[in-house]
This record gives sequence, C-alpha cells and structure tokens, in this order.
Amino acid sequence: MSGRLGGLLRRKQVSVPLLVLVVLFVYALPMLDLPIITTTDSDFGGVLFDAASYALIAVGLNIVIGYAGLLDLGYVGFYACGAYTVALLTEFHGHWPFFLALPAAIVVTMVSGLILGAPTLRVRGDYLAIVTMGFGEIIRLVITNTHWLGASQGIAGIPPPPSIGQAPDPANGVAGGLFQVPHLSWSTFPNVIDVGHETPFVGFGVADAIPFYWLVLTALFIVLIADRLVKNSRVGRAWEATREDEDAAEVMGVPTFRYKLLAFALGAAIGGLSGSFYATQTTYVSPDTFIITLSELFVAAVIIGGAGNRWGALAGGVLVAYLPERFRSFSDWRMLVFGVALMLLAIWRPQGIFPPRRTRRVLKVEAKIEALEGETASV
Amino acid sequence: MTRKPDPMHLLLHQFPELTITGLAVGSVYALIALGYTMVYGVLQLINFAHSEVFMFGTFAVAWVAMAIHGPNSRSENLEQAAGILLLGLVAAMVLSGIVALLLERVAYRPLIKKKAPKIIALISAIGAAFALEEVMGLRDRIASAFGLGQRLSNYVQGARNPYTMPVTVRPHPLFSIGNYKITDVDILMIVAALLMMFLLETFVKRTRFGKGIRAVAQDPEAAALMGVNSTRVVQLTFLIGGLMAGVGATLYMIRIGSTTAAGGDLLGIKAFTAAVMGGIGNLRGALIGGLVLGVVENWGIAVLGDSWKDVTSFVLLVLILLVRPSGILGEALGKARA
Repeated sequence: MSGRLGGLLRRKQVSVPLLVLVVLFVYALPMLDLPIITTTDSDFGGVLFDAASYALIAVGLNIVIGYAGLLDLGYVGFYACGAYTVALLTEFHGHWPFFLALPAAIVVTMVSGLILGAPTLRVRGDYLAIVTMGFGEIIRLVITNTHWLGASQGIAGIPPPPSIGQAPDPANGVAGGLFQVPHLSWSTFPNVIDVGHETPFVGFGVADAIPFYWLVLTALFIVLIADRLVKNSRVGRAWEATREDEDAAEVMGVPTFRYKLLAFALGAAIGGLSGSFYATQTTYVSPDTFIITLSELFVAAVIIGGAGNRWGALAGGVLVAYLPERFRSFSDWRMLVFGVALMLLAIWRPQGIFPPRRTRRVLKVEAKIEALEGETASV
Repeated sequence: MTRKPDPMHLLLHQFPELTITGLAVGSVYALIALGYTMVYGVLQLINFAHSEVFMFGTFAVAWVAMAIHGPNSRSENLEQAAGILLLGLVAAMVLSGIVALLLERVAYRPLIKKKAPKIIALISAIGAAFALEEVMGLRDRIASAFGLGQRLSNYVQGARNPYTMPVTVRPHPLFSIGNYKITDVDILMIVAALLMMFLLETFVKRTRFGKGIRAVAQDPEAAALMGVNSTRVVQLTFLIGGLMAGVGATLYMIRIGSTTAAGGDLLGIKAFTAAVMGGIGNLRGALIGGLVLGVVENWGIAVLGDSWKDVTSFVLLVLILLVRPSGILGEALGKARA
C-alpha cells in the first residue's frame, strides 16, 4: 500500500503539482486561522516565524550532524554570530540596509565556522561535542564581556528589513507593504474573509511577524534546494563515506578533513542566516539568548526529526519550536512537559521520527536477518 | 570590568590563596566529573542529566539543615555544624543516588535495550535534564498540588530563587602558606575528594563489582558471555556517579551555602569539561581534570578579571584537547591498570 502510494508520489505529474500545493499552503498557513494548529495563547505569526527559523537551523545543523556525522553542541555560537553581525552592521556600528548585512552575516559565520573548525575537527567523536560546546560558550562569554559588541546589555533597536512600498505603521493607519493580504476568520462564517485584519506583503514592521515568516520561509526553500543539490553531488557522497568510516574514506582518497570542514562551514552559514532573521525580527539581541540550552535544543531538533534526512530535520525543528508554544496554556509546566516529551520521543523513535531512507532500509534488512536467524535457531 | 593595574603581580601575590581555593573548588568539579566519567567508561554515553543529579544533592543538604535547624539562619564553624552536615551528606548521597538510578531506568535503559544509536541517548538525557530541573523549579506547585504547600513552605517557597542553607559554615583558619591562611573547609574539600577518589578506585580495582564494571567497559558482549549482568553493572555505575555527586553537593553547600534549580547546569558543564580534560572514562583523569580546572580558573580570574573566568576554562579545554586529543591521561576505565 505504502509502496504504491510512494511510487505514485514519486511520479513527476503527481509530485510537482503536489509540491506546489504544499508550498502554497505553508505560505498561507498564518492567514488560514486553522483550528487546533493555530496557537491561541501567543501570536501565531510569531510562532510560525520561530518554527521556520528553527527548521532552517535544523536543516543547517543536519548537514553537520546528519550528513558529515559531526556532533556539534556549539551551534548556537553561529546563530549568535549571524544575529550579531546584523545587529552591529544595521544598528550598533553602521546603518547598512538589512539585505546588505545579510550576505555579510553569512560570510562572517562561514569564516568563523572555518576558523573554529580548522583546529577542532581533528578531534573525533564525543570530544568534538565538548570542544564545540566550549567554543559556543566562548562566543557567548566574549560577547558578554566586550563593549564593542554591546556587552551584557545587548543591542536594541535593530531595524527591520526595508519594506517595498511604505513601512507599516499601524499607529498612524499606514498598512504598508506592496499590498495587503486579508486573513480568514472562521468565527464569522460565512463571511470568512476578515478585511479588518490584514498583513502587508513585503512590509516589515514590529506589529506583524508574518512578513518575516514569509521571508524565512523563502530562505528555507532556497536552502532546501541547495541542500538537495549538494547532498546528491560528489560532496554529499564524500560526507556519507566520512561519516560511515572515516579511515576507509581517507584510504579511498576522500580528503575527509576538507569535507568535514566544508560541512562545518556550510552548516555555520545556514545557522548565521537564521540568526540574522532572528535579529531583525526581534529587534533586540542579547548574549543571554544564546545559551547552551539552545544548542541542545537544536541538536535535539535534528536527532528527534531524523538526522540525515532533511525533511526529518525540518520536522524536528518545527516541533521543537512549536510544542512549547502550543503548550503555553500549561504556562509554567510547559518546559517540564517538553522535557518529558523529548524523552518519550527519543525512546519511542530512536532513529528519529523520519529516519533517512537508508537507515530504514538497514533496519528492515536487520529485522529480516534477525528473523532468519531466529528460524534456524528454532530448527 | 574592573581590571587590576598589574594582573601578573596580583597573580604572584595571591598565588597560594588562588591555588588552594582553586583546588577546593576543583574538588567539587572532580567529584561530579567522576559521575560523567564512570557512565562514559561503561556505556560511552555522555550523561547530560548528571548535573541535575548533583543539583538534587545540593537541595538535600539544604533541606536537612532546614529540617534540623529551622529557618533562622546562623553561622557555625565546622565542628558545630558537623552533625547537620553529616546527615546532609547521607541525605545528599541517598537522593542523588536515587535520582541517578531513576534516570538510568527511565531515560537510558529503554534505549540500551533497543540498541539505539548513542546520539539519541544524548537527546533523551537532555529531555530528562529539562524535566528534572523543572521538577525542582516547580516544587512549590507540586507541593501545593498535594495540599502540602503550607506545611512544606520552608522547603518549597520561591522554587526558582536561590535557596540558602540556614546554617552557614564559617571557615576557621588553620595555618598559613605565604600570605594565605588555609582554612579547615579548604582542607576538608580537598581531602574528601582525594579520599572518595581513593575509595572508588579501590572499589573498581579490588572488588567483584568493580571487576564487573571493568569487564563491561572493556567488552560488553564478552562480559555478558562470562556471566556479568550488564544491566546491574550499568545500574551500579549510575549509582556510584550519584553517590559521588552527593558528596560533591555536600562540599559545595559547605562552601557556597546556597543553590538554585538551574544551578546544576554550569557546574555540570564544568565538571564534564574536567572529565574530558583529564581523559573521559578515566577515574584519575577526572580528579586531575577537576583540580586543574579549578586552579587554572582561579588564576584566570586574577589575570583577566572575574568575568573571563569561564572563558579561561573553555580555552584551557580546547588547548588541552588540541595537544592531547583524548585528555591529559587518556581514556582508561576498561583498560585495566589493576
């Protein structure tokens, strides 16, 4: 059954329109006012922005953990790097427009990935985890102690990206943006189109997080396409070989160190990308945000979703950002619930919710071998 | 940031003090690090929730002091407080031990049974750490849910705030090295860490249980074939880690006197750093790593200022791992040096 469905989904005539529909749906999600999914206790646009940012991070970290097999517990450092580059360039030390600061942030995080990766990637396995964690903390502590970086007070007043058309200014009745998109509202059925509640298209303001969500989503789709191209190339195969057996890969002529460094730098760049969106959306960065716990959450997102599978990582990122918000009605209890949920998820699906196809095949084969061995033993 | 005019002079001037207090703090790191290193040696897993095991121990000490002494705070010297502290030690070891065993049962054993990839155990442990920290941070709510909020208010109120032990230990200077008067608390901490280390190593080297631990660390399958009950061994490993964290928690409370629900995190990271620095899986490595970390951190404070303390420790870790990729002493719980 699932095989036939899978075959159907893989056919181009079916998969392409379906993909377009899914993409449209994801873009429209904040306007649809869907029951159950829509968070009632916190701004749904903001939650979706977080979810998309986490998804972006998870896809980036998946390159490091899932493809190259490097356990990076200091990923928050790159997230901070991206956020701070934008904060410094657009507010603290300059007045660059956001879309100029964004590539700069990507370059800066990529370079910092190279700088941190070059010495540390010679360390293997669990040691790498602690070294990267150390670097993540060093970045945070250096920010906390450096006045040039805003020190512990952080940097406030980071401007939003420039809008096309007018900048939204609800206080003075300026809707802003290129045009306005109305939300839906099911409570006033059958007049479901809520003209009183509109979101500006490419108009970035403090009041409405949805344009930022669209921005991150667009970046996420671009990254996903790039990710797919890289994964299916020579580079992707080199990562896979390195992850499965580093020595064997080296013997076969894969320059493992260089590929690991590449994975590290690419992952870092994507983390920085997500960090820049974070900075411009929240308008405020402070070192207290970029704590180790956040790194742990990012790793949890990738592993829970299914390391090595970009869709799994994406789902994990969304889940980790979304669950605590969905449980906001539990208020104080939500982190407790989240911790237990994380534990149960781990125990329930040790391979992740959506393991890569390869892992699933391996599991199937192992089960088969086990069954055969059981038969012979009983004979 | 108040940087002193001549940091090197400060370092040299206060060298004995910085070193001794560094060793004392390092002893706590070392005792927590033993828990990380034992579990890693046997299971090759980073037990991320071990910091919470320690945190529960610190609360056990404070609660015992509260129960015996009452809420009025008083400072006593070490001999006067000895009774309370000994009971606190027992309570901390028991509570930390129980939490560690619980952790093994709930967060680890199902995954070990499923032969799950190691990395997922890390996530399960992170989840468990969140949950444990939150249980402590919400203990006022939990108590009132059972209708005990009033009766336990001395123990649970302001669950997120620092919780101070009513009995504070006043250090008593014994003798001096250079210009620093070494106190009985300093001596107690360092001696206790060394003693626990010695006991633990004797246990692992000389007893049947210890042999089991070493066997599983070396080769779990072969050990199972030889009749070693590996589940028992894993349980024992977690229990030992918990007991050591309990001792560390008591020493910590003697010195610092106050704890918070989130307080385990930083110490846990430090202790883990110490374990890795010394060579994770290696008992002596944990001790050396802890002491080195404590001392260097203190020197770092003198030279660079208080706010750079944690940077010093992580830079030290990175440097040591670059020179010796598997720690100062290397990994060795399995490779029997007995």
